[in-house]
Amino acid sequence: MSDIPNELRYCRTHEWVSSAEDGVVTVGITDHAQDQLGDLVFVELPEIGDPFEAEAECAVIESVKAASDIYCPVAGEITEVNEALMDSPELVNDDPYGDGWLFRIAITDEADLDSLLDADGYQEVLDA
Amino acid sequence: MLIYQHSRSGRRATAQAPLQTADLSAIPKRFRRQQRAELPEVSEMQAVRHYTRLSQQNFSIDTQFYPLGSCTMKYNPRGCNSLAMLPEFLARHPEAPADHSQGFMACLYELQEILKEVTGMQAVSLSPAAGAQGEFAGVAMIRAYHDARGDKARSEILVPDAAHGTNPASAVMCGYRVRETPSGADGDVDIEALRRLVGPQTAGIMLTNPSTLGVFDRNIEAIATLMHEAGGLLYYDGANLNAILGKVRPGDMGFDVIHVNLHKTFATPHGGGGPGAGPVGVSERLQPYLPVPMVAREGEHYHWLTEESCPESIGRLSTFAGNAGVLLRAYIYARMLGGEGMERVAEYATLNANYMLKRLTDAGFDAAYPERRATHEFILTLQRQAKELGVNTMDFAKRLLDYGFHAPTTYFPLQVPECLLIEPTETESREELDGFIEALCRIKQEAEEHPEQVTGAPYNLPVKRLDDVRAARELDLVWRPDNN
Repeated sequence: MSDIPNELRYCRTHEWVSSAEDGVVTVGITDHAQDQLGDLVFVELPEIGDPFEAEAECAVIESVKAASDIYCPVAGEITEVNEALMDSPELVNDDPYGDGWLFRIAITDEADLDSLLDADGYQEVLDA
Repeated sequence: MLIYQHSRSGRRATAQAPLQTADLSAIPKRFRRQQRAELPEVSEMQAVRHYTRLSQQNFSIDTQFYPLGSCTMKYNPRGCNSLAMLPEFLARHPEAPADHSQGFMACLYELQEILKEVTGMQAVSLSPAAGAQGEFAGVAMIRAYHDARGDKARSEILVPDAAHGTNPASAVMCGYRVRETPSGADGDVDIEALRRLVGPQTAGIMLTNPSTLGVFDRNIEAIATLMHEAGGLLYYDGANLNAILGKVRPGDMGFDVIHVNLHKTFATPHGGGGPGAGPVGVSERLQPYLPVPMVAREGEHYHWLTEESCPESIGRLSTFAGNAGVLLRAYIYARMLGGEGMERVAEYATLNANYMLKRLTDAGFDAAYPERRATHEFILTLQRQAKELGVNTMDFAKRLLDYGFHAPTTYFPLQVPECLLIEPTETESREELDGFIEALCRIKQEAEEHPEQVTGAPYNLPVKRLDDVRAARELDLVWRPDNN
């Protein structure tokens, strides 16, 4: 059973989003996603200042099994990326909702968050 | 053991000519090496034994059944290689004038003609030196076509989720944005989803048919119509040409551009790290953009088509005419088979795959697409075994090595969980296929009765499970004897 924290929002493509603090949200991949991918060996993150539309490809993560695109859950501008992943991609496996976060983004329209799944909704996606 | 570990200072191959100290005085001192090169010092006998032992530890098509799905690991007739190595071919300088190269050029010209016939395309260029380069050339021609029409709004290439990873990479290299199209539950492209993705921004779609899911997309004509009505072009990835050789032609399915992996289907071993050849074929509207050089014939004389005669060409992918040796082998193979032989290739490749699929599903394995007939390859999913027995696809694959078989492709395509992609090819005997089927059945029984026997495999190989995570995370490409 994978861990799906109640306080986060989710995408069908297995990203999680924190609630906004001063218009900025944190984004990562879910426990289920890291489990399916297996041990990560490389993470390619966006540049600070990069603008993205919702659902645009904005990062790449690579495991021994596959390389996967990460889709930006909401429209906005990147404010911070998790530099620690450059040397230690395994942080995503060890702590997907904590030290394994991917990037922070200044959200263009906070109403976008409402269109994302809650924990129950994401659980349903996994059960389908 | 590394060859450096056999090394002893001053030891050398005494069978060779006596040691002479070379006169280096003509080379300025600043260009000369200050320290000795770190080369192993071994006798000739040690070198022979070391590399022979390594080759014996390897799995290869010459020693084992090698059903690596999507790779077409079939027998490549030795005769093709012998003829391609005739001294008149081998010793030909790439800059030799056309007048002195008529035999070589005649072979290339006829290979162009054969590939046109096999693929149903209007024209062929042989110069791309690998499959990925063929893809790049193909997408570059799609780009050139739209650009020449002033149609600048087309910024997207559609790629199905089952595609080889090189497809989206080639599209991005040509400056396109990639949109992924989903496959339906039956393995065909989800045509309703495709309809929603196609529009004036669509430059083209890259398809493999039969697809990597081991099924022939039955909607191909509808897909072609949909794309052409929207002004987009269809790219055919020739990865799975072995299944349809002489039976059905991409040109007749509506494709505008194709690349062929000669190093899979036409007598050059695949998976050896090269060299390969990825000729491209095109429909009439893309013909002006074909990469140069190509060979043309006037009467009995062959000449090169270059930038001067093809001003709209996307240019050169290599300095000369591609990988000449691979092209020659392909030509000889095609002539040996003839049209009738090519049909037999497709028939036996498909028959062998369907025979294995039937026997394995009868034995209790789950097919990924049970309602579909296999093409030249098929997918089993071991999801049930992974869930119920705790024995996953990788465990089955490792245990197969103990039984003396190269494992099939594992965990690809990505959308089928715990999958084995199995491609027997046309060149295996029934006994070989039966042996592999029996091995898989025995491993399944082991997994049911003593799962640890499978999860602990392999037992009979020089190395056990490799730490591929550490290998990827701590990549070290520069091995030196002194820091190990």
